[in-house]
Amino acid sequence: MKLESKIPEGPLAEKWSRHKFGLKLVNPSNKRKYDIIVVGTGLAGASAAASLAELGYNVKAFTFHDSPRRAHSIAAQGGINAAKNYQNDGDSIFRLFYDTIKGGDYRAREGNVYRLAEVSVNIIDQCVAQGVPFAREYGGLLANRSFGGAQVSRTFYARGQTGQQLLLGAYSALSRQVTTGKVKLITRTEMLDVVVEGGKARGIVTRNLITGKIESHSAHAVLICTGGYGNVFYLSTNAMNSNVTAAWRAHKRGALFANPCYTQIHPTCIPVKGDYQSKLTLMSESLRNDGRVWVPKTKEDAEKIRKGQLKATDLSEDQRDYFLERRYPSFGNLVPRDVASRNAKYVCDEGRGVASTGLAVYLDFADAIKRDGKKTIEAKYGNLFEMYEKIIDENPYETPMMIYPAVHYTMGGLWVDYNLMTTIPGLYALGEANFSDHGANRLGASALMQGLADGYFVIPYTVGDYLATIGPADKVSVENPTFKEAEQNVISMTERFLTIKGTETVDSFHKRLGHIMWEYCGMSRNAEGLKKAKAMIQDLRKEFWSNVRVMGEGDEMNQSLEHAGRVADFIELGELMVDDALARNESCGGHFREEFQTEEGEALRDDANFTYVAAWQYQGDNKPELLNKESLEFENVKLTQRSYK
Amino acid sequence: MKVNLKVWRQKNSNTAGKLVEYQLDSISPEMSFLEMFDVLNGELTKKGEEIIAFDHDCREGICGSCSMYINGRAHGPQTGATTCQLHMRSFNDGDTIVVEPWRSRAFPVIKDLMVDRSAFDRVIQAGGYVSVNTGSARDANETPIPRNIADEAMDAAQCIACGACVAACKNASAMLYVAAKVSHLAVLPQGQAESVARAERMVAQMDAEGFGACSFTGACSVECPKSISLDHIARLNREYLGAKLTSTNVQG
Repeated sequence: MKLESKIPEGPLAEKWSRHKFGLKLVNPSNKRKYDIIVVGTGLAGASAAASLAELGYNVKAFTFHDSPRRAHSIAAQGGINAAKNYQNDGDSIFRLFYDTIKGGDYRAREGNVYRLAEVSVNIIDQCVAQGVPFAREYGGLLANRSFGGAQVSRTFYARGQTGQQLLLGAYSALSRQVTTGKVKLITRTEMLDVVVEGGKARGIVTRNLITGKIESHSAHAVLICTGGYGNVFYLSTNAMNSNVTAAWRAHKRGALFANPCYTQIHPTCIPVKGDYQSKLTLMSESLRNDGRVWVPKTKEDAEKIRKGQLKATDLSEDQRDYFLERRYPSFGNLVPRDVASRNAKYVCDEGRGVASTGLAVYLDFADAIKRDGKKTIEAKYGNLFEMYEKIIDENPYETPMMIYPAVHYTMGGLWVDYNLMTTIPGLYALGEANFSDHGANRLGASALMQGLADGYFVIPYTVGDYLATIGPADKVSVENPTFKEAEQNVISMTERFLTIKGTETVDSFHKRLGHIMWEYCGMSRNAEGLKKAKAMIQDLRKEFWSNVRVMGEGDEMNQSLEHAGRVADFIELGELMVDDALARNESCGGHFREEFQTEEGEALRDDANFTYVAAWQYQGDNKPELLNKESLEFENVKLTQRSYK
Repeated sequence: MKVNLKVWRQKNSNTAGKLVEYQLDSISPEMSFLEMFDVLNGELTKKGEEIIAFDHDCREGICGSCSMYINGRAHGPQTGATTCQLHMRSFNDGDTIVVEPWRSRAFPVIKDLMVDRSAFDRVIQAGGYVSVNTGSARDANETPIPRNIADEAMDAAQCIACGACVAACKNASAMLYVAAKVSHLAVLPQGQAESVARAERMVAQMDAEGFGACSFTGACSVECPKSISLDHIARLNREYLGAKLTSTNVQG
């Protein structure tokens, strides 16, 4: 398949403006003749649904939650980047662009990333106008902080609840449009298929989670805003219900899936404690601004700590190894996430990890408290410290926190062009569900920025171009046989789950998949392990379809059935992630192949052979997927080895 | 540790429910309360019984999905925490734990421990927003907002819409929830233009949904996982009274 990124011609800084001017417009009085389906109501979905409704389109917004406000965007803690340069510290749109593309290890499109940096400033204005209570200085102006991987302070935040406040802003805008009648909000309803007819996306098939009813909805365009697939690892910082189903089913209908192996492991999470653990909790990266990461210098001390014979506070300065500060003197504790995570893994692999499992490092605030006072630290991180104490039952003001990396974000996703359209005309993907802006690694405080950029400031322009091209009459009724066929598909899948009546729970299969993914396709990967994982996943898949046990019925609220469908998709995705990781014979960002590293243990890219987006094409059940390559062109930045020394 | 559970089971909104007893023998005190439910649901599946339905998602106290009424308290014995943040170490070996759904006419039971909180969404739709279209905002720093005001707005805006305030209230009043939103927007300059209509409309919708009246006992604030202060109810009353005195628009 020929992949057309549709990146506009012209100088970088003018691409978006020129492109907007070139896009077709839908006459204001004609907008009401178009229907748009938005699946997911997180930052991307809610902002898109609200903005499109404000323009006059008829929007149907779907969420599987009971309310749009529960989407997992709500859990983002740290902040949102914007190139406002309010701090007069040398920030600019170009610098945000540069940091983002470099942070992504040069595996993203220049044009997309520049646009993201460009609209970042409008996002802050919009959110403030909605009443988002960002942190402020005493003079009343907005406060900023610096965030992992950036040497300027460009991150806006609302205590440790930035995602919550931004989502509530988008949710309030969406609610306002529900009142005007331009948005029809459909809750507790899960999308289970995309309907493609005549080569275009025509609508979706859904299951009402309360009644189990399977229904079709038709529209002129469908927007997938359903987030990332980190839960393929079972344990991640994602919410329990976050899943890949909408994106994956779109993939099986013809939308290419790009760079699935790019997963972000976040360095500062609360360590795993036991087998029963259902999820991992993130501690905002902003903590690394003031916290110092260390482990004992010697294995012997570490062992004593693991056995409870020594406490962290018993070790003197010269018995500690502040390994990030030592290895990366200029960035220190603020190195990007992938670098920080890998280094934590290394020191634990050396036997210097702490906690009873040996899979944790310290994040110590003693110096910051001494320097700024407890009050200042409390003002900055109070709620995070409280959260930590609730989970671990230790007071981080007195003993250092224990942290360990965990799966947090997935950079891969549905392939989209510059207009955010997938390879199925009329089907769009926004936010974490697409692959477009973060390359192989996402910088802190960039996810909120991208979700809102796509929803507020990109899709309102680009979807109009498609709609104006096809015209209002080009819509297919839900009575069309393609809808009926898709409905039947969903119904038979439900029946299949309920008739297997095996012996093992859905959760147990999910856990087993997670173990395979974490072990062989996690923080570092190698060819041998990946091949082994592929075989294991294939076996797991067979076993799942013959031995899973789903109780209850299809025509009622059935959480076990919901989970089964999601795990079925995760298993298939898992195999594709392994294929992708195996095909990419280089290390870049969140994809670290042990065979490809520098002498110092840093990721070693192979720009001559791998400067491309890997876009996978579904070929049918149990058939290997086809790899399509979109070559990445760099005209404005020079590809360099990332160095944070 | 061992626990005896009495859990509310109800097939759907049209059938009657009852408390059903379950025993768990090997629970780790480090487990979260919801992880204990995961274990129970795993055992039920193995026995061929239907799992207990309950709302949950982020499991870190921010999405507001989880909503269990545990031993007579919304979100259980801890204060300032949601059900998902509760750990089994808060209980003793051998304890009997009664788990019910939120109880309120405005929150009908969907199944087992899961209730319908869409009334909360409709209250926000009635006016819990600033009417500003995408693209029409001016520069964010053009309106300075004193830090204490921004902090106060943030204190109110922290509400996670879990419904614990309603569940804790003997009248099933939603005053704290409504007050948190009205207060968040009322203290900010951005919210001023619509403050009169907002207070009126949101209160009218709250009443229409069947929430009870506020008798200011303060149970809501005590059980609120975000510890939202009763001061916001005072502000809502002030806003509402002011709106009634000056309003030219809506509901009488």
